[in-house]
Amino acid sequence: MTKLLHASHAISRRAFLQSSAAGAAVASLAPGLLLSPAAAQSVLTVGFIYVGPKDDYGYNQAHAEGAAAIKALAGVTVVEEENVPEAIDVQKTMESMINLDGATLVFPTSFGYFDPHMLEMAKKYPDIQFRHCGGLWQEGKHPGNTGSYFGYIGQGQYLNGIAAGYATKSKKIGFVAAKPIPQVLQNINSFLLGARSVDPAITCQVIFTGEWSLAVKEAEATNALVDQGADVITCHVDSPKVVVETGADRGAFICGYHANQSPLAPEKYLTGAEWAWGNVYTDFVKKAQAGEKLGNFVRGGLKEGFVKMSPLGPAVAEEARKKFEATLAEIMAGGFSVFKGSIKDNKGKVVVAEGQSFAEDAIELESMDYLVEGVVGSTA
Amino acid sequence: MEATGIGVWGVPLAIFAGAVRVSTPFIFVSLGEAITERSGRINLGLEGTLVFGAMTAYGVAVMTLSPWLGVLAAMAVGACLGLLHGFICKFPKVNDIAIGIAMMQFGLGLAFFLGKPFIQPAAPKLPAIAFGAWSNLPQIQAALNINVLFLIGAALALLLWWAFRNTRVGLILRVVGDSSDAARAMGLNPDTVRLLATAAGGALAAIGGAYLSLYYPGSWNEGISSGQGLMAVALVIFARWNPIGCFLAALLFGGAGALGPALQSVGVTKGYYLFYAAPYVLTLVIMVATSSPTRSLAGAPGALSITK
Repeated sequence: MTKLLHASHAISRRAFLQSSAAGAAVASLAPGLLLSPAAAQSVLTVGFIYVGPKDDYGYNQAHAEGAAAIKALAGVTVVEEENVPEAIDVQKTMESMINLDGATLVFPTSFGYFDPHMLEMAKKYPDIQFRHCGGLWQEGKHPGNTGSYFGYIGQGQYLNGIAAGYATKSKKIGFVAAKPIPQVLQNINSFLLGARSVDPAITCQVIFTGEWSLAVKEAEATNALVDQGADVITCHVDSPKVVVETGADRGAFICGYHANQSPLAPEKYLTGAEWAWGNVYTDFVKKAQAGEKLGNFVRGGLKEGFVKMSPLGPAVAEEARKKFEATLAEIMAGGFSVFKGSIKDNKGKVVVAEGQSFAEDAIELESMDYLVEGVVGSTA
Repeated sequence: MEATGIGVWGVPLAIFAGAVRVSTPFIFVSLGEAITERSGRINLGLEGTLVFGAMTAYGVAVMTLSPWLGVLAAMAVGACLGLLHGFICKFPKVNDIAIGIAMMQFGLGLAFFLGKPFIQPAAPKLPAIAFGAWSNLPQIQAALNINVLFLIGAALALLLWWAFRNTRVGLILRVVGDSSDAARAMGLNPDTVRLLATAAGGALAAIGGAYLSLYYPGSWNEGISSGQGLMAVALVIFARWNPIGCFLAALLFGGAGALGPALQSVGVTKGYYLFYAAPYVLTLVIMVATSSPTRSLAGAPGALSITK
């Protein structure tokens, strides 16, 4: 499969060189006459690019489930490519999708695809719409045919934290994290704040593995957390499968992330914060089909159906269930903020002042660079 | 007792446990490569064999519910990949290093392609022996849960070390590895010996893959190896083609790899990227410390293409 895809890159480059030489000449004479291949047809071709395998029980699976949801819509063709590195490769993939498959809407779903790869392609193909998952799109700074969408999954980690807060006996919970970027830091902080809403004595140990997918290091990190007494584990890595299985094997409770991992640890799985990309992609596609302008900065949380929680597992006690459901209801009602002052970071600096609170859509949260008090770990 | 932290003692414990848990794939790949290189050939394709072995073992274990059948199947496909490498290298003017790189990509690509349906299902795991049952600390119990493949690997290192010196097969392997001409004069066919040595190396490397997918971390996905097969090939040179050296070097790499997560877990959280580089820094330091400007690598087989 990899070989075939490489071959298609080669073709696309060659075809592209030929057509761009001819196309440039025509375009300069009559710009309005030149229609992209997909625009001439009534079928909308949508491209999805994943950084890993699309059945990884994690980040990529969540997106692929979203892509599967729009395959069912009429007049939509979906093209997908998996295991595309966050490097020049993704530009080639986008180019193939645009030139060979006629994709007019492209979703590069991994964080590192945004800058410079997607931005380069957007400049080169101004008629194609690009929407990136997780990037921070800014008006004026980034091209108008690009945009970003993301979900406030921190709320989900807050709810995970509530379940963890009731389940922990050692008052120590663990987090296996990939890289200290704002989204990851917000999840770690939310997880601890959720647990502390149950018992303020709880601490959360974090271990960064440095990469989105490193199976052996994730297993080592999970073992190290359990060795240090953490008895509820969650994570933010691309594929939580290894963390979930290793943690449950060691007897820790598990809170899931990205997708529903309860089949991997049915007894130990408390709940999990999952993406619900199907809703988001359906919305984009419907707008594109109707000829409406696509949003450039699309965000939503549990309330908007961007994020959902896994069903509570058998180990969740009645008391925990009540608090979980009450908080969920509060979030669904709108206006709930996880980050309410005063909050200090774990170096003692006040990061959210007394009386200040950041709602889920506060832009400040998307540039978070600290770990809150009670998290044992460092951002660098 | 309820699981509680064991403080800084967690670090040496994690290094020990990590050495045992993480080293097994390194042990098998490097022992396999030691056999191949002792015969005078380099098989750089073992990263591909490792991953293909991991996929095969997982797939067969999922379908038959027997992890041991998975290990056997991995050995068989590993041997086949080795045979293919050996067969191609038999032709004159074929460079074994280039073929190895091609075989690596071939093995990876084929494993990713055929392994698609096995990412989701869960396979039965290989058994471990609980040497830590005497302790009431769960951390020690977990660290002393030692997989049988690790023990087999340790025994195999000793056996190979002995066999290289004391058996006829070992002698044949060394003669072929040191001088093709001498081997021909003895009536040996170097190509056949190297073919078999590469096949044996492939079979062992694939066992390393089976350990990855069926025990630790114990799942099949495309990033399961992240270059361990390549590192293990380098370990052989580091270990001077000595099987016991391979075993010790593998332990060192396993333990050094566990250092990063263990230090973070006890609160040493600054500079973890640096700790993650520990195995490589260690390699560089040892290589520099043991190098000599006056003599070439001790123990290097004479017919190896890097020494020719």
